[in-house]
Amino acid sequence: MILEVRALTKTFGGLKAVEEVSFRVSRGIILSIIGPNGAGKTTLFNCITGVFPLTGGQVLFDGKDITRKKPYEITKMRIARTFQNIRLFSNMTVMENVMVGLHTRSKEGLIAAIAKTKKFLKEEAEIKSKALEFLEFVGIDDYAGSLAGNLPYGDQRRLEVARALAAEPEILLLDEPAAGMNPQETGELMKLINRIKEWGKTVILIEHDMKVVMGISDRIIVLDHGVKIAEGNPKEIQNNTDVITAYLGKEDIF
Amino acid sequence: MRISLSKIKTLFFIPWLSFLSLPFIGAKGACYLFIGICAAGIIFIALRRVGQVRLGGKITKELTTPKLSYNPKYFIAVSMLFVLVLPLWADNYYIDVAVLAGIYIILAIGLNVIIGYAGLLNLGFAAFYAIGAYSSALLTTALGLGFWSALFVSLILTTFSGFLLAFPALRLRGDYLAIITLGFGEITRLTLNNWDKLTHGPNGISGIPVPFIFGFELENLKHYYYVVLFFVLFAVIVVRRTYYSRIGRAWLAIREDETAAEAMGVDATRYKFLAFSFGAFWAGLAGALFASKMRFVSPESFSFMESVFIACMVILGGLGSIPGVILGSLILVVLPEALRDFQSYRMLALGAGLILMMIFRPQGIIRSRE
Repeated sequence: MILEVRALTKTFGGLKAVEEVSFRVSRGIILSIIGPNGAGKTTLFNCITGVFPLTGGQVLFDGKDITRKKPYEITKMRIARTFQNIRLFSNMTVMENVMVGLHTRSKEGLIAAIAKTKKFLKEEAEIKSKALEFLEFVGIDDYAGSLAGNLPYGDQRRLEVARALAAEPEILLLDEPAAGMNPQETGELMKLINRIKEWGKTVILIEHDMKVVMGISDRIIVLDHGVKIAEGNPKEIQNNTDVITAYLGKEDIF
Repeated sequence: MRISLSKIKTLFFIPWLSFLSLPFIGAKGACYLFIGICAAGIIFIALRRVGQVRLGGKITKELTTPKLSYNPKYFIAVSMLFVLVLPLWADNYYIDVAVLAGIYIILAIGLNVIIGYAGLLNLGFAAFYAIGAYSSALLTTALGLGFWSALFVSLILTTFSGFLLAFPALRLRGDYLAIITLGFGEITRLTLNNWDKLTHGPNGISGIPVPFIFGFELENLKHYYYVVLFFVLFAVIVVRRTYYSRIGRAWLAIREDETAAEAMGVDATRYKFLAFSFGAFWAGLAGALFASKMRFVSPESFSFMESVFIACMVILGGLGSIPGVILGSLILVVLPEALRDFQSYRMLALGAGLILMMIFRPQGIIRSRE
């Protein structure tokens, strides 16, 4: 088990956004979290990555408790994420965005930078070549020098993935990566996610596009009103009556 | 060319401003003002057009950043040559202005780290400047330290004061942070003004000794000019190198999106502390240079207006761009001197210039990135 979530609860005032959600993720799989709008999927992500403090429960990564850790510490421990509403550093270049992603994988400090020590120059060169590799991996290395905010929408999504990959995570959390994409872009995204999986990373995915979810997931978790209502492989989820009820409502018989 | 409503309003604003100033400067003055503002406006619009033509408003597909129309190396070489030979022919008045400009360039570069890089709006930057100037003044007069050892200690003190201010400022952004820093600036000024025993209150501290270099007294203003020039170059090189490192990138990331920066593994708290301390360091340096140049410090040199003035240099020149910030400081120091004949209207012209700037080119004269 690379990630274990135990009875995770998050309340905002009186609202229970996530209630006692538990699940386990084994290494190297693609796990999708689905559910209607407002089911608590993104809140769950924010709790795992330390953006929100938990109200209750525990998150274990590789057996280590990361429940009270800060976001940057969690990233350093090799969990990286993307955001539902793209959050790039718009006024930095595409290249620099990925270079920020490599922040935790480099260490030269202020004095080294000012003195331009050999070690510093070597590390900078490494950061640059690595950043370019990640851009090539997602296929936007042509844009390396342009501002991130000027990229077309689909490429901004890919840049977010590249930036998260640059943190060299074991687990990659993708929050609605296919949102707003056309079918062709979605197809390319599915390929990209599969390649990330082949690379040995674990991917946790929030997604509304059922074609993506059913096409690439190894396991699926369904949330509704903050509660986990189902878990299983795509086939099991498709036939689960609770899930159908959550999405389509109950069938009334007159 | 598309003209938006706000731009039409601006066009009406210019004659209106000239009309308002009619009773104060007479018909001729109002005409001059009108022509002056229009000319400035046209120049800015032209600059903007040129910028658009070059960018084409399209996505650049090249790996490199857009090329400049001139080779920066030649430009730097020529301007370096100019500043090096300036004291050979210029009279003391010009050198005096140049020394002052140099001190402001160091200040603006320091503030640029805080506002331009880390995106933390600081309206009390003169406080660090004051702490640098006063600690250097007190150490040299009351304790009898030499200029260099006093400089060293005052740099430590100012850097530490930047670190301290970062504590309350950490959780705040934007307007709230501006208010906190503004308060810090006022507290510092009032303390200096009222702590009679230590600072001699509004009378200030006089008799600050002239600095020595290797036993050589820098009494001549021309020699002092070269000391300031050295520190300006030092500041430019150090800040530039920091900017092009993972530290600079971390600052920019925090400025762009703090949540995303933290999700990428940047410890925002740490880097904010660093930005405040690092920025304050330069203010300390500028303060020490100012104190030994004037050989006198008093609280009135470090008012809120001073903070605003430095912030104007950074914003006018171009947030986050070192050449821009240098240009902004030069304009705001040299222009008022050049317009001395117009006395109080120069501030009016300055204000109008800033307003036009914010409307037509909010990124500043030189953008940090095109």
